[in-house]
Formats: sequence, structure tokens, C-alpha cells
Amino acid sequence: MNFARRFCRHPGAVIGLVVLILVIAMALLAPILFPGSPWDMAGAPFEPPGEDGMLLGTDSLGRDVAAGIAYGARVSLLVGAVSTVVSLFIGVALGAIAGYLGGLVDDLVMRFTEFFQTIPSFVLAILLVAIFTPSISSIIAAIAVVSWPPVARVVRAEFMSLRSREFVQAAQVLGKRPLGIVLTDILPNALSPIIVLASLMTASAILLESSLSFLGLGDPNLMSWGFLIGSGRSVIRLAWWMSVFPGLAIFATVLALNLVGEGLSDALNPRLRKRGAKP
Amino acid sequence: MDISSLLRFLLRRIIKSVLVVIAIVICNFLLIHAAPGDPATVMAGQSGSADPQFMAQLRHQFGLDLPLYEQLWIYLKGVLTLDLGFSHRMQVSVASLLLDRLPATLLLTGTSFVIAIVGGVTLGALAARRVGHWSDSAITVVALAFYATPLFWVGLMLVLLFSVKLEWLPSFGMSDPGSNLHGIALAWDICQHLVLPSLTLGLFYLAVYARLTRATMLEVLSQDFVKTARAKGVPESRVISVHVLRNALLPVITFAGIQAGQLIGGSILVETVFAWPGIGRLAFEALLARDYQVLMGVFFCTSVVVVIFNLLTDLLYAVVDPRVEVST
Repeated sequence: MNFARRFCRHPGAVIGLVVLILVIAMALLAPILFPGSPWDMAGAPFEPPGEDGMLLGTDSLGRDVAAGIAYGARVSLLVGAVSTVVSLFIGVALGAIAGYLGGLVDDLVMRFTEFFQTIPSFVLAILLVAIFTPSISSIIAAIAVVSWPPVARVVRAEFMSLRSREFVQAAQVLGKRPLGIVLTDILPNALSPIIVLASLMTASAILLESSLSFLGLGDPNLMSWGFLIGSGRSVIRLAWWMSVFPGLAIFATVLALNLVGEGLSDALNPRLRKRGAKP
Repeated sequence: MDISSLLRFLLRRIIKSVLVVIAIVICNFLLIHAAPGDPATVMAGQSGSADPQFMAQLRHQFGLDLPLYEQLWIYLKGVLTLDLGFSHRMQVSVASLLLDRLPATLLLTGTSFVIAIVGGVTLGALAARRVGHWSDSAITVVALAFYATPLFWVGLMLVLLFSVKLEWLPSFGMSDPGSNLHGIALAWDICQHLVLPSLTLGLFYLAVYARLTRATMLEVLSQDFVKTARAKGVPESRVISVHVLRNALLPVITFAGIQAGQLIGGSILVETVFAWPGIGRLAFEALLARDYQVLMGVFFCTSVVVVIFNLLTDLLYAVVDPRVEVST
């Protein structure tokens, strides 16, 4: 397959994909690798890594840091994936409307998008999660609300250039309904930049989620990487491992997603290989 | 560009900024009303008593029994006269809290911004001059790494290295508590406290600007006017500094304007890690105390800062690049 070969030519992208698969495996296998709740005491508090059978040490309440990281992977990946899907829905819908209809509608939608790009999005996300009480759904909603604007811009630009193409005009002449044209003729042709953007958005959603839970806005019932770092922060002088390892987990996952994004971008748009993958 | 068209451009941009600020205020207002429980319950909870009589009094006092659009009008008038509400927990007005904390945040974000722009443009230009050289790949790799690292974690790791292990720099606050310093000694003390937080916040954007400068430099370098300049015998250093860099800087300015909001947002994390007494730290304290009035104030204040910054970058852009479409 041509696509797979182009993707594999990127050593970084292949490494990223492998890391990503490992993280997903860790998330899926968490209950098997670490039976019992990650919130339960597993050993003595402040156990350094490697001692007493604790691979990555224990935290100030004797919880296993490694177990926390494995269970945290579930939350990070879930939040990253779902919030990306939600913001893709918002962004694609608005971008498609603006790009296909043009004119006044386009103007209004773009002003709306600009507004969301101007305001400090992280502050808005904090405000939203704080007001609607921290839970996995409010976190996903807040991340989706602040991350759709780039999608809307990209989709709008694609739609604007595609809507005047001959195959779209042909469909219009044939009397196809606008919704049908948008969904079956234009959208499939605009898919590759959306896919690339999605992998980068998942990465930044994971970063956002970790920042929120670091500030204490995580779902109180779910273990997450940001929470681990946040709770290890006050004892960093005594126990570096509580903050270092969860941070490495975030770093590896986000870097892997970014690398996969660049690989996808090159594989999907061979002509644009010179361009950066950032939107 | 002549003065009158510049003024017209400026006026249009100011009107747009004011509209954005009003939209933010409306956004805030809607959020208050979307919150579970009405503001009276929140306020009653914060002031520690919630009998029905007190609640009714609160509702009347804050006009919560009026229709929504009248409440919105009152709220808008209040915000535009800088009445951002009252923090029942801290027993001061939100506006004075914010004004108190704003200078520290501006110092931090300003320093980080300068570090990011100067460092990023320099490194990006260096990388573009040596495409394929090991230093080019090193800069690209470092930029990619910073792109993937959570800001607060970078801060913690810097603390671990420079404060805990090496004991070179302070990790906490803005100046030494208890030491009664004045003048230059105080400035030096603040400088030392500023190093780690501003590096934490600046390094990420440094990486971003380095990548951006590299990309645009390469694009400009391949254009005809650079070839012409070289053919004319313009010295290479002058080609780079006058012909290439000036053109390559334009996207960087645009990007800097777009990212102002993220910089301010990042300062919340950095100020939390380093206990820097700015708006971000205030936001964190308000979060812990569930003091929504203060949180909304932070949102409003940071948005206004971003809008002003955007206005400035637009102006700078119009001045730097005379070709710019002033009609947009």
C-alpha cells in the first residue's frame, strides 16, 4: 500500500506509532497489570523507585505511582479522543457551513471563530470546568469548546476551494440536495487535512486535560497524570519520582501523537512534504 | 501609508476590540446564569449562611428577580465602569484584587515574551542558515520536545534541577519574604526570582517561534529578490538581516498576536508552580476557594489584556509592512 509505505519512510512517525500503541496497550491492560484500585495503598509511603517491588515508587499516601500512570493513561486517551471527536463535529459543521454558503453566513461564522481564537482559551476552559463542576464530561466539553476553531478554519478553506470544482457543480446541476453534496462530495475530499489536524488536536487535548487536573480540576473519581503531578508537587524536594514519571508519560504520549501527525501529513499530502505539519 | 488611513484602520480595530470585550462580558454573564444553582446560592454559600430570607434579600439586592435582559444591561454597565463584583471570600472588590496582581503577571509574561521572541528568532534564523547541519536538526528536535511537554512539568523539573539539586535560584514567590529590601537590591532579588518562571513560560514559545522563523526564512530565502540582492553584491550578513529577516518576521508577529491568549493562559500554570503573586496565582486561589466572581474577573481581565495586545501587534504589523491591507 502506497500510503503505509510513505508513512513508514518517516522514522519518527513509526516510533511515534509504536509508542502510541504501547500507551494504548498500557491503558487497556491496566486492570490486569495492576489489579485493585490505583487509589489504594500498595506499600509504605515515600518508597523510592525500585524498592519493595514498586517499579516507580509510591506516593505520599503509599499509592503505587506505576499503577497511577497506567490508569491515568485511560483517562488521558479517553479525554483526548472524545474531546477531539466532539470538537471535530463542531469545527467541521461550522467550517462547512461557512465555506459552502459563503457571504454573510461565512462572515458571521468567521467572526464567531475569531472571537473564540482571541479569548484566552485555557482560562475559559478552567472557568467552564469550575462552574459546571469537574467531571469527565465537563472536562471533555470544555476542551471541545476551546479547540474547534482551527478545524473550522481548515474546513472552511478546503470547502471554499472545493465548492467551485466541476464535480460539485455537476452534482448541483443534477439537483442533489446541498446537505448531500456537502457530506458525500466535498467532505471526503477535505478529509486528509482533517485527519492530520485530529492527531495534533488529540495531543493538545491530552496536554489540556493534564493541565486542568494539575490545577485540581480533574474528575475526582478518576486517576490522571496531571493529578499525579499536582499531588507530588508539594513534596518534590523529598520525592522527585512522584512528579517526574507521570510527566514523562505525558511527554511520550503527546510527542508520539505529534510525530504520527507529521507522518500522516506527509503520507496524505505527498506534494506538501516540505511544509510543516502545524496548522 | 498616510496618517488618515492609518487612523481609520486604528479606529476600525478599536471598535472591533470593544465589540470583542462586550462579547466576553456577555459570555461571562451567560456563564453565571448557566451555572448550576443561581448566583444567590453561590454567594450565600460563600458568605456562609443560606436561610431563605437571606437568599431572597440577596436575590433582590443583586437584581436576580429582574428579567434576564435587564440583568444583562445592569451587568454590562457595571463591568464597563470597572465594577467586576465583590469577592465575599476575600472581602474586597474583584477589580482591586485584579489591579493588585496585574503588574506581576505583566512582568512575567512580558519577560517570557521577550525571551521567546529574541531567542526563537535567533535560533530559527541560525537553523535556516544551516539547513541539514547538526545544529539545525538539534533546534528542530528541541522545538518538537518542548511542543510535547506540559508547561507545569517543565517548571517543576527546572525547580528540581536549579533549586533543589544545584541551589542556584529561588523557586518560590517574587521576592524573599521577610528581607526588607529596597531599590536596586529589591530589583536584583525580583530578577533572581523571575528567572525560572519566565524561562518556563518562555521556552515553549521560544520553540514555537524558532520553528516558525526557520520555516518562513527558508521560504523567503528561495525568493527572487534575495537572488537579486546577492547578485548585486550585497554582503551576505546584510542580505539576511535586511532583506530576509525583515520579511520573515511578519508571520512571527501575526503568530505572536494570536498566541497572546495562550501565553496568558500558560501564566496560570507557571504562577501556580512558582507561587508567583500574579493573576494566574489569583485564579488558582479562586479555584481552590470556588470563588467564581474572581474567576470571571480573571477571565475578563486576561481577555482585555489579550485584546489590547492584539491591537498593538496589528498596529506594529501595519507599521512594519507598508503593503498591508489596511481595509481588513
